Amino acid sequence: MTESIWIIIALPLVSFLILAFVGQRMTRQTIALVATAGTGIAALFTLVTGWRLLSSNQANFEISSNLWEWINTSGLTIHMALHLDALALVFIFVITFVGFLILVYSTEFMNEDSGYARFFAYINLFIASMLILVLADNLLLLYLGWEGVGLCSYLLIGFWYQDPSNGYAARKAFIMTRIGDTALIIGLFLLFVEFGTLNIGEILTAAPEKWVTGDTTAKLAAFLLLGGAVGKSAQLPLQTWLPDAMAGPSPVSALIHAATMVTAGVYLIARTHAIFELAPEVQFIVAIVGAITLLIAGFSALVQRDIKRVLAYSTMSQIGYMFLALGVGAWSAAIFHFMIHAFFKALLFLGAGAIIMVLHHEHDMFKMGGLYKKLPVIFWTFLIASASLAALPLVTAGFYSKDLILWQVFASNIGGSGLWAMGFAGAFITALYSSRMVLVTFFGKTGISPTHRPGWAITTPLLVLAFLSFAGGFIELPHTMGHTQLFSEMLHGTLPALTMRELPANGELMLQIITGLTSIIAVGLACLVYLRRPSIVNQLKSSSFGNLFVRLWFTGWGFDVMYNALIVRPLVSISKLNKKDILDNISIGVSRLMAFGNSQLVLSQSGKLRWYMMIIALGAILTLTLSIVI
Amino acid sequence: MILVALISTLVLGGLLAMLLEKWVTGSAKWVGLVASLLTMSLAGSLWIQYTGIDASTVSNGVFMVFKKPWIPEFGIEFHLEVDGLGLVMVMLTGFLGLVAVLISWSQVKHKEGFYYLNLLWTLAGIMGVFLAFDLFLFYLFWEVMLVPMYFLISIWGSANRIYAAYKFFIYTQIGGLLMLVALLGLYFLNGSSTGVYSFNYWDLIKTVLTTEQSMWLMWGFLIAFLIKLPVLPLHNWLPDAHGEAPTAGSVILAGLLLKTGAYGILRFVVPFFPDASQSIAMPAMILGVCGILYGAKLAFAQTDMKRLVAYTSVSHMGFVIIGIFAFNQLAWQGVIMQLVAHGLSTGALFVLAGILYQRTGTRDIRKYGGLWATVPRMGVAGLILVLASLGLPGLANFVAEFMTLAGTFTTTPIIAIAAAIGLIAAAVYSLRIMQKVFYGQDTASEKISDLSSMETLTIATVVFLLIYLGLNPGPITRTVEPSIKQLISQVETPDKGGFSYRTQVNNKSSSNGKH
Repeated sequence: MTESIWIIIALPLVSFLILAFVGQRMTRQTIALVATAGTGIAALFTLVTGWRLLSSNQANFEISSNLWEWINTSGLTIHMALHLDALALVFIFVITFVGFLILVYSTEFMNEDSGYARFFAYINLFIASMLILVLADNLLLLYLGWEGVGLCSYLLIGFWYQDPSNGYAARKAFIMTRIGDTALIIGLFLLFVEFGTLNIGEILTAAPEKWVTGDTTAKLAAFLLLGGAVGKSAQLPLQTWLPDAMAGPSPVSALIHAATMVTAGVYLIARTHAIFELAPEVQFIVAIVGAITLLIAGFSALVQRDIKRVLAYSTMSQIGYMFLALGVGAWSAAIFHFMIHAFFKALLFLGAGAIIMVLHHEHDMFKMGGLYKKLPVIFWTFLIASASLAALPLVTAGFYSKDLILWQVFASNIGGSGLWAMGFAGAFITALYSSRMVLVTFFGKTGISPTHRPGWAITTPLLVLAFLSFAGGFIELPHTMGHTQLFSEMLHGTLPALTMRELPANGELMLQIITGLTSIIAVGLACLVYLRRPSIVNQLKSSSFGNLFVRLWFTGWGFDVMYNALIVRPLVSISKLNKKDILDNISIGVSRLMAFGNSQLVLSQSGKLRWYMMIIALGAILTLTLSIVI
Repeated sequence: MILVALISTLVLGGLLAMLLEKWVTGSAKWVGLVASLLTMSLAGSLWIQYTGIDASTVSNGVFMVFKKPWIPEFGIEFHLEVDGLGLVMVMLTGFLGLVAVLISWSQVKHKEGFYYLNLLWTLAGIMGVFLAFDLFLFYLFWEVMLVPMYFLISIWGSANRIYAAYKFFIYTQIGGLLMLVALLGLYFLNGSSTGVYSFNYWDLIKTVLTTEQSMWLMWGFLIAFLIKLPVLPLHNWLPDAHGEAPTAGSVILAGLLLKTGAYGILRFVVPFFPDASQSIAMPAMILGVCGILYGAKLAFAQTDMKRLVAYTSVSHMGFVIIGIFAFNQLAWQGVIMQLVAHGLSTGALFVLAGILYQRTGTRDIRKYGGLWATVPRMGVAGLILVLASLGLPGLANFVAEFMTLAGTFTTTPIIAIAAAIGLIAAAVYSLRIMQKVFYGQDTASEKISDLSSMETLTIATVVFLLIYLGLNPGPITRTVEPSIKQLISQVETPDKGGFSYRTQVNNKSSSNGKH
């Protein structure tokens, strides 16, 4: 059974094929059944496989499965082969399980839509591609999954294709990530030339033998992989596609643009950790990229009006934390935060989607207001998820995962107090914008009234995810409180442990108290401002200095404007200018020259005898003169 | 015999179509169908025979020969051979020939007899080009594929067809004449040094040349092939010809005619002039990169659907030129894969463009929009073909580009990196097609009809092949492997400093031989 992990991929793929070929002729119930069944069974299969592996008590479990030979020619051998280890297990668990919950949710959410079958076909294809990405045993197969999820993301962002702005957002997402992907594929060429293989395991084993730490080629390889990762994971400087990606249906945002696809960059870096360890400078860049992104995205989240854009910037910011953790060598902390983030961020998006659905597709939080009584299930689950995002101490899963990252950033021999301070400031902002989001949406002045309360298919996934957002953290408790390390022990065989520097004995507890208090203070501050004194916000906004920042943050620090001015517009105008292909003038020029020569020679054939006579005479004179002179 | 049958079926089929149409109206298309089906099955049986034999046992990878003296006074033979490389091209020709006939079925309405004559004869010329191992015969077929194509464009093309046909003819003819001169030069040089005057490929390949001679002769061949491929800045015949040709003409042009250029370089230029071609590798690759980026940029700007696809061909053929001049086995595998994948995907894209033109009466993509809802089957087909064109993994085009660039990276990394930027550009222009044609609002007053079952079958077969070869390119790579090994052995000399050594030997021997 363990050998047949391909079934996990095949199940959603079969769902996709059925929906793609005969989905048009099926009833909505059948579509819903087919759509959820594949991933549902895959989730069960994952649970069983995971259980068997974990209970086998092996320190370092792995399953490999070779399906067929993909490419084998001229020294390039690539297999369609899968590889399951602890790291992949965490990812496939999240993909299948959260994916299944989101599919169930979507059966109700998309019910009115004419593209019902198409929607579920795309989602199932996405899940299959994402599973391929995670289970691939070589980088080329990983790249196949990598591009596959990119394609599904494109298709789903532009799902409502009638509106050209959705199509624009979709293309923007695809093209911006493709810039990263191109870096990644060049990285693949480099690794292939260096190692003669693209098998991940072989590369990771061979790399430390081939390269010394700080080797230029290692740095180059790591840098190219990082290029791929920042594109997919919406990190600086390729982050601008993510907020626009919110044009897709909310379940898509939950699954692709929060829980799974955007974390593919985190997976890639964790998967190829050995290369990054050989290139410490590049690994440090990973941390810097994460730290800067988490801050700038946090500021942007603080001023958005569209609830989904708040969540989009928040996702960017939380992935920034994961990058920060990866960059300081806190590998398993990054993966832990990935999992917890998947739970609460999926929940937030699903909650936001449900609100938007019952409020006639209203996205503006400031038109909502006072929803806590009208939509109790959504309110309570949303509250739990927001608390987890804000990392309220002790009772939320987000606290344990984020606290782990902050502590390890501080304790790491790569990190230190500078990076810690950035993460810490980010935590404060996170708590602030999450509270703002909850307060504006559910409290305050009553806004639009909901049309109805969502049914069980929507509320059940919310409740399950709310439970996980609350309890998911208890599997990894810090030394200072309980000391449970189920998660990092599981990853121990796959990812190296953190290298710590010398630190005072009770430093960890001190930092935990500080971060815990900070998030409580931030929440309190937000309550004070948004419930008691909303005028403070208005005053801040109307001051010229505040106004400038609000506008800057609202537009995501003006990156779009900059890219448009520097890259997009020049390229488009050059293309338009040269639509007729300037090189065509070569052939046109030659033909003009011929025509001109022709017209000149035609003149000489005038048919007038005296002209001919005169030319002959002139010619004779010329010839004679020349013969005398020479 | 089967090699002769491959060509003669098409030639005779063309004549029969022409004659029969005079007696029975509407019979030409049936003759065309039968002839192309027969050719396809002949090619198929050849494929089955090939898979049955152990490729390593045959010399030079050639597994079937047909040789008959033709004009013995000049050493000209009717000499056909097929090896793995030729076989793949023959299969592609057979398949796309069938597609071309099927797509003409409902689109061609006048002078059907003459139309099918031209269509089948062009295919016969192409088939001959891929099979001929006598250079005189090769030249003959080279011209045979040109003239009927000229008629196809100038008679059944759209508004600006006369201009396009002239341009196509003149460009190709210039190349053809240069090739003829070089070919005769090679023939006489070889004849005078060995005493045996022959157009046989295997005789000419052994011709001993000075550096200068091989440089001049190479340019003669190369320019002909570079025009066909096409390479920047000799590409300007292509958008006009592709744009104005009837659908089947565009399919054959993009799917097959361009490939004869790449085939010619690999089959003739590289083994005949290994040192000379290696000495121009870098400029050629730079032109390839320019072609990729320039073609992509122009494709992005076009508003005419067929011109747009035509410029994407310019871009994709840039990868071919890079791969060839990388002089690397993996890159060459990628090149051949690219020929097949591009032939299939772009051929099908032209089919789709032709169908759209037939139904809407316009090729202006600004007038399309929102067709996804009206013609879902066309939408799915368009999506997959567009994805193939942008090189999505899982489709054959990706395998081709990956092998080409990975191979190129091993020899000249900088070129591979520059060419990889083309992958981004490909996404930009490819997704623009989807947006303009299928997404957005459908503003047209009349709803067009979706793909007919015959059209669906045609495109579905292409899509199936693209996916199959994308996940399992083995059938192609294994088939061409012996040919590629043979070709690469022509450029790789035993010791590393072999290039200069070889040239010196050539210089010495030829100076001795001079009178």
